[in-house]
Amino acid sequence: MTTEALGATPSPPAPPTGEGGLAHTLWNGTALPVALVVLVILALWHVGTVLMNWQVVHDTRVRMDQPAGFADVLSATFAMERPILPAPHQIVHELWRTTMEVPTTSRRSLVFHAQVTLSSAMLGFAIGTLVGIVLAIGIVHVRVLEASLMPWIVASQTVPILAVAPIVIVALGSMGLTGVLPKAIIAAYLCFFPVAIGMVKGLTSPDVLQRELMRTWSASPAQTFWKLRLPASVPFLFASLKVAVSIGLVGAIVGELPTGAQAGLGARLLAGSYFGQTVQMWAALFAAAILAAVLVFAMGAVERIVLRIMGARPEGARR
Amino acid sequence: MTVISVSPEAPSVATAPDRPVVEARGLSLTFTTADGPVYALSDVDLTVGDGEFVSLIGPSGCGKTTLLRVIADLERPTGGTITVNGVAPEAARLRRDYGYVFQAPALYPWRTIEGNVTLPLEIMGLSRAERRARARAQLDLVNLSGFERKFPWQLSGGMQQRASIARALSFDPRLLLMDEPFGALDEIVRDHLNEQLLKLWAKTKKTVVFVTHSIPEAVFLSTRVVVMSPRPGRIIDVIDCDFGPDRSLEIRETPEFLKVAHRVREGLRAGHSYDD
Repeated sequence: MTTEALGATPSPPAPPTGEGGLAHTLWNGTALPVALVVLVILALWHVGTVLMNWQVVHDTRVRMDQPAGFADVLSATFAMERPILPAPHQIVHELWRTTMEVPTTSRRSLVFHAQVTLSSAMLGFAIGTLVGIVLAIGIVHVRVLEASLMPWIVASQTVPILAVAPIVIVALGSMGLTGVLPKAIIAAYLCFFPVAIGMVKGLTSPDVLQRELMRTWSASPAQTFWKLRLPASVPFLFASLKVAVSIGLVGAIVGELPTGAQAGLGARLLAGSYFGQTVQMWAALFAAAILAAVLVFAMGAVERIVLRIMGARPEGARR
Repeated sequence: MTVISVSPEAPSVATAPDRPVVEARGLSLTFTTADGPVYALSDVDLTVGDGEFVSLIGPSGCGKTTLLRVIADLERPTGGTITVNGVAPEAARLRRDYGYVFQAPALYPWRTIEGNVTLPLEIMGLSRAERRARARAQLDLVNLSGFERKFPWQLSGGMQQRASIARALSFDPRLLLMDEPFGALDEIVRDHLNEQLLKLWAKTKKTVVFVTHSIPEAVFLSTRVVVMSPRPGRIIDVIDCDFGPDRSLEIRETPEFLKVAHRVREGLRAGHSYDD
């Protein structure tokens, strides 16, 4: 009997790693390919920076009677105050300066702006997730709703959010609603969609046998929902949440654009474009990207923990 | 052997011993499909007495699974009458008179083995302590003690199916309906589980209706073998074959066993149309 208990056997010893040293480890791991791709991107970026900024730098230096030789222009393309395409180190420096060297309460701090955006994105994410789940439950349980709601849900996402955002902001503003909520609603408008679609799929994922078992026990619809449909939908929910959390951030940023851009990463982007501050724009863009990556990563971590508790087979494990 | 005590809230209902557990008269079920009607069951008469082990055997399409599903109220007959424990199948299902074992274990992957076995008890509203005690007793009965905390994927196919049997027995129904429970398992595991099922049946005194397409399995396990035939699905022979309570797998080599098996095979052959 115990030989059948394969899950209880200890995992095999880890393969020896010392063999071949660091180069061997790098070659077999993912570190090397990742580093290579990053290097290629950086190299292309620098080439782009030189090519795109060259004309402006050259003409300016000629007009100002400054030396306009190849080396002079080349080094100047990496150090412009308002470059067409800033060099990576300029963006990194701007990111460092606006996060580490200014107080986080200052309007010049990216941390301040990121936190403004994050709060409306998270509120929108929460609202959107809730709406998405409720819609999915309705669609799964009431047949009429699938035919009547689904087209609207799909249509809602074909409308460009950039066009909807100002309408929502203005409409809510006229009702006296300003601040975080209008932006959160735009974020929620984007968030609810993947959650609704994923949850409809998840709630209908139990197979015929699993559902018929519930019938043989004469379980009520509520019991079938809580004990079968909902737990079965959890992996689908997390897949949706990872999408929703990142597009929620996009929604919040878009929601900041029509408000006159007082605070938030969207405001920072807009202000940058008003004044031709390309480095500031790129820094805001990178801040948004990093924030989204952190959110998706965090959601992935929560997913792994939850699915582990729910008995998911660890990756690579065999029976 | 500890017989699981039936607590007052347990839905099991005592029936008079002389009353049959399953009684079907002129039962028929016709599915309407795009290609015309399919006669899954036609004029089926069947009586299953208390404590019997009845196997339904036949080629695919003979309605054996459909008959089991009608008993379980998973299908509605289109003609005839059927009672389960003296009432209509729906009423029997609603008061949880039977446990059903499918061909696949269909364990819920997010629940531990114990969590799966206690699930029907949760649905029936038993207390946590009661659920736990019953699950432990049932898992012990199918030799799965020590695996309570494991998740289904950590068990072999045979162990998963034993867990699903424990789940079907957890609320102590008098009737156990099994739809090719060992059909997906290899021969050796199947033999082993057949022996275990026989012991389990002897211990628990359940009434079992068992669908299979294996002649040795049907003859070895059953007190009666019901041979069915397709198009239309009907019963063509009923064979008594009780080899005593202490039979072991070796009896399958005896002349008596082979004689019964032969009769079952003859019945299957007679009922099978050769035109396909």
